[in-house]
Amino acid sequence: MNEMCDISLTVNGERVSERVEARKSLVDFLRDDLTLTGSHVGCEHGVCGACTVRVNGEIVRGCLMLAVQCDGASVETIEGVSDSGEIADLQEAFQKRNALQCGFCTPGMLLTAQDLLSNDQTPSRDHIREHISGNYCRCTGYHAIVDAVESVAQARKGSRK
Amino acid sequence: MKPAPFAYAKARSVEDAIALLAQHGEGAKLLAGGQSLIATLNMRLSAPRILIDLNGIAGLNSITLKGGEVEIGAMTRHAEIERSDVIRKHAPLIAMAMPHIAHPAIRNRGTIGGSIAFADPAAELPACLLALGGLVEIAGPKGKRTVKADDYFKGLYETAIGACDMLTGIRLPAAPAASRYGFAELSRRHGDYAVAGLAASATFASGKLTKVRLAFFGVDLTPVRAKAAEMALAGGDLDKAVAALASDLDPPDDIQENGAVKKHLAGVLLRRVVQQLTETRA
Amino acid sequence: MKIVADVPSPLTALDRPNSYIGRAVPRPNLARLTQGRAQYVSDVVLPRMAHVAYLRSPYAHARITRIDKTAAEKGKGVIAVVTGAELSKVITPWVGVLSHLKGIKSAPQHAVAVDRACWQGEAVCAVVARTRAEAEDACELIGIDYEELTPVTDPETALDKATPVIHPELGDNLTFERTLDAGEVDKAFRESDAVVEATFVFGRHTGVCNEPRAIVADWNPGEQRLTVYHGTQAPHMMMNLFAKHLGLEEYQVRVLTKDVGGSFGIKVHTYADEMAVVALSKLLKRPVKFVADRIESFVTDIHARDHRVKGKIGVMQDGTITAFEIDDLTGIGPYSVYPRTSGIEANQVVNLTGGPYKCPNYRARARVVFQNKNVMCQYRAVGHPIATGVTEGLVDLAAAKIGMDPAELRRKNLYPDDGYPATGASGIKFEKLSHHASLDKILAMMDYKALRADQAAARKQGIHRGIGFASFIEVTNPSAAFYGVGGARISSQDGATVRLDATGAIFIHSGVTEQGQGAEAVLAQCVASSFGVPIDRVRVITGDTDNVPYGGGTWASRAAGIGGEAAWQAGKALRQNVLAAAASILQAQPEGLDIKDGIVVDKGTDRERITLDEVARICYFRPDTLPPGFQAELMATRHYVPRAWPFAFTNGVQASYLEVDTDTGFVKLLRHWCVEDCGTVINPQLVDEQIRGGIVQGLGGALFENCLYDERGQMLNGNMADYLVPMAMEMPDMEIGHVVTPTADSELGAKGAGEAGTAGAPAAVMNAINDALRPLGAISLTEMPFTPGRILKALGKV
Repeated sequence: MNEMCDISLTVNGERVSERVEARKSLVDFLRDDLTLTGSHVGCEHGVCGACTVRVNGEIVRGCLMLAVQCDGASVETIEGVSDSGEIADLQEAFQKRNALQCGFCTPGMLLTAQDLLSNDQTPSRDHIREHISGNYCRCTGYHAIVDAVESVAQARKGSRK
Repeated sequence: MKPAPFAYAKARSVEDAIALLAQHGEGAKLLAGGQSLIATLNMRLSAPRILIDLNGIAGLNSITLKGGEVEIGAMTRHAEIERSDVIRKHAPLIAMAMPHIAHPAIRNRGTIGGSIAFADPAAELPACLLALGGLVEIAGPKGKRTVKADDYFKGLYETAIGACDMLTGIRLPAAPAASRYGFAELSRRHGDYAVAGLAASATFASGKLTKVRLAFFGVDLTPVRAKAAEMALAGGDLDKAVAALASDLDPPDDIQENGAVKKHLAGVLLRRVVQQLTETRA
Repeated sequence: MKIVADVPSPLTALDRPNSYIGRAVPRPNLARLTQGRAQYVSDVVLPRMAHVAYLRSPYAHARITRIDKTAAEKGKGVIAVVTGAELSKVITPWVGVLSHLKGIKSAPQHAVAVDRACWQGEAVCAVVARTRAEAEDACELIGIDYEELTPVTDPETALDKATPVIHPELGDNLTFERTLDAGEVDKAFRESDAVVEATFVFGRHTGVCNEPRAIVADWNPGEQRLTVYHGTQAPHMMMNLFAKHLGLEEYQVRVLTKDVGGSFGIKVHTYADEMAVVALSKLLKRPVKFVADRIESFVTDIHARDHRVKGKIGVMQDGTITAFEIDDLTGIGPYSVYPRTSGIEANQVVNLTGGPYKCPNYRARARVVFQNKNVMCQYRAVGHPIATGVTEGLVDLAAAKIGMDPAELRRKNLYPDDGYPATGASGIKFEKLSHHASLDKILAMMDYKALRADQAAARKQGIHRGIGFASFIEVTNPSAAFYGVGGARISSQDGATVRLDATGAIFIHSGVTEQGQGAEAVLAQCVASSFGVPIDRVRVITGDTDNVPYGGGTWASRAAGIGGEAAWQAGKALRQNVLAAAASILQAQPEGLDIKDGIVVDKGTDRERITLDEVARICYFRPDTLPPGFQAELMATRHYVPRAWPFAFTNGVQASYLEVDTDTGFVKLLRHWCVEDCGTVINPQLVDEQIRGGIVQGLGGALFENCLYDERGQMLNGNMADYLVPMAMEMPDMEIGHVVTPTADSELGAKGAGEAGTAGAPAAVMNAINDALRPLGAISLTEMPFTPGRILKALGKV
């Protein structure tokens, strides 16, 4: 036990070893130590969803997990899924539909939308709204986001046929 | 808004966690899913000297059907419970409650043990535990013990878990054939804590409800049984049951609604849940 | 659901070849923002940068009797612990008053409290450390004693003799009062067939920008320059204020605004804790960063609304509205916010109430009083939701009273579409509006008759649905009448500089800023259209006071209408310059040439003559080949400010369809419509999304949002779990339609659209709830937010 901890993990496929304060949240670690500033800090109490990242394939709140808890884990951020092209269709749909304004919620929103579409290939508008209901957007009023996610669901369904 | 400094220890086993608790006393806190605890740390509402992380302990995240009971390990995530066939078949009340709990990213980390141990009075799972008459497994320096749900909740965020104890799992009676369950919650926004909610279990046969257990949440400092209403329902009188809530419940005001509103909502919830308990199954 | 996408008819002046005006051109920033490659101020890191955290007053009103820094100064990583008294030697205090708000008064406000804290959350000491966490650790080590003073927390009693005066030197707690009496109000009420009165209460809101306020200040003593990375809406205004209060010249200050994580009016004010950051940087000679955390945001980001308005309307049996009267009371914070003041919202309520209706009899009083609560100031749709709420609430109550359909009563009283120009009872001037066309359009979009039938059918099954309307007007494109005439150095004009680069691409530098609303796309559309290049050849530069023309920034729905017009004109000017150069190269007449899709062509035949990159190549690298005496000017600047009208008023109407669970008091929003008229629609998608986002901000106020304070001045719900912002599940789909009435004040004809949604949504919801509950004998609901408890109370169930 210590206030400083050594951790090794994979972030966006790259091996990372760092010494961190035990109190440091995952999102602060990503932003401050790894300069992955695509994950955002909006509330630091788990409500806004701007810090959403993936740990071992599942979306989590980056402010409600400690960096030290990610020792040995695989963490993916918006930078990683952008570079890999995994969510290129979602990103394009968000751009086309203007499903973002200031863009601060967008990385978390995209990862949450991708989480939905990985588990439900034909979500209703209500189901989309439900799945993103923990991701706060002050700008859009959500309508355009729901449109964009819905359009990607339909396009992916079409391409699977 | 950063937590005060703390040390971190990863428990390797339940015994290890308890030994660490004993070693550090009041200054230690157990870290389960962290979805409430880390928020309070970030806000410096709580400043433990050491966090004991339970996430590395093997064998605490199982859902098993054993001897007429569903056993759920303390570190089982909400998302695992949500996906579990055992839960769907044998603890349907828990399955009914799951979609109301926060949001997907929270459910991926939050654990049933953390929720029951934290015992937020407006949370779903503590009320479900109470409605089902489940058992709480607690390990401590003197060994293991089992506490009935009815004896478990002591006060606001206070439970039968002692300072050096750890909740290791819960046991719920597996749903028998004639059992019925009802769940309804009123929250201002999807996934929020309840303004008022009700989890209920009963047996329904020949048009009659028996073994009724009503556990309200969001209306007191703990989830609460409405025993007079339970008796009235067993007597087949819904109106009397709703009226009985006047004596069963005394909700304090909170920033969302005052006690009178909560009491009224409890009556509405009761009617809706009784509808669920008694409706004919397809 | 089918969304009506309305594309306005082509407009002559704008109908150039390859015009982008009226097209849904995607914003150039979006790829970056969706990839996590934005740069918000909270992302900025500089060499030697330190972080500041503030110790904040736990009391609403307290004398600071002792500050002991000793232990904090020894804290790990601590660089400096600075009190208000120490900082006041670096930065001077300010007073938030403007001369055109007659009688407005306030007291000097310091960057960090000196001797006395006046609201819970006011900074009382600053700690600068290597990390934010270490700064927060050291805040806990500061020894501080307070002597608690009686807080003033009830606006209703703020002016009573028995209530302490927050700033004794001001004499009383009255910040500002305005009265207005037009026409013959008493006579009109006397002669009315019916008079209805109601008191409307509006919750205290705050912006909850997803990115909290953020600033990095970097004083470089070697250059004697202050560079400030600032999430602001008004970089030049802040440059002026930083300079003024640090004792610098304006040219010594550079404000840089890159990506901003939401503003909504929150980031257009002077915040004490941000002024402290620039002072700390100057004091410590190194970069200092401050990012407000969410908890301190709730008690320091400006609050808004929090008005209680007694309203009265007179009406004849035939539906003619005879008079409006209002008495507005609003409790702000302990200081009027600098430099825009905290009197503007109440002033707007007086200006705008009754605004859509041709009713000459209008009396108003508005009083603004000091409170020991967080400061209040202008937030998206300043005053509009209040004025619209009161007006539209009264109109619906009058309709119910005389038994007339609410849409019909509006039709009877709205200014006729052919009756302009017109002057409202409060003196506001309308160039040309389209209330009737808008109402007709929304009734068609919502299929009003069918909706009423659905409502009636549902009612028979015990399902209580309601339809609510809200006609509204919106203040946009403000001239100097808003702030400049009151003495504030806030630019109402804006500039654009357009440059042809050496490869034939276009750079535009603009004084307006991008807050996510799409200003940069709009600027690119304007320049691409008026100059004549494909839009992907336009690069937009904003948010850098060293490098853009002096301008006002983004507020009051001005960026597109004012910044866009400047860009349009600059593009035209550069076209003339480039055509002159091309003509000189081609030995042709400039009048015979045009620029189309980036190529200089013969006007009329479109025969290609020379590419822009060739023109640029010759002008930049082979000017020796140009005719003697010809100097190419490949950069042009134009400025624009509305002159003909103080404001470009827009108008519109919203409608809400919702269902009230009469057992629980919960409201489910089913559908929402808005038809609005912002003049020329430069980018229909951006306008629609401004309106949708604005509507949801208004819906938040109607149903959820309210900063709750206790009688000690403690904010009770200052976190995101308890201050309820709208989330996706509860929000409806929204249909948006347009009527297009361009302003003749500019060539583009564009007015603003940023606040229309927020202006009308709360009133539409209020009226829909009352429409749903009226047949049940419920008391009319006029206090927002409409919580389950309030609805149950109105129904007599609790």
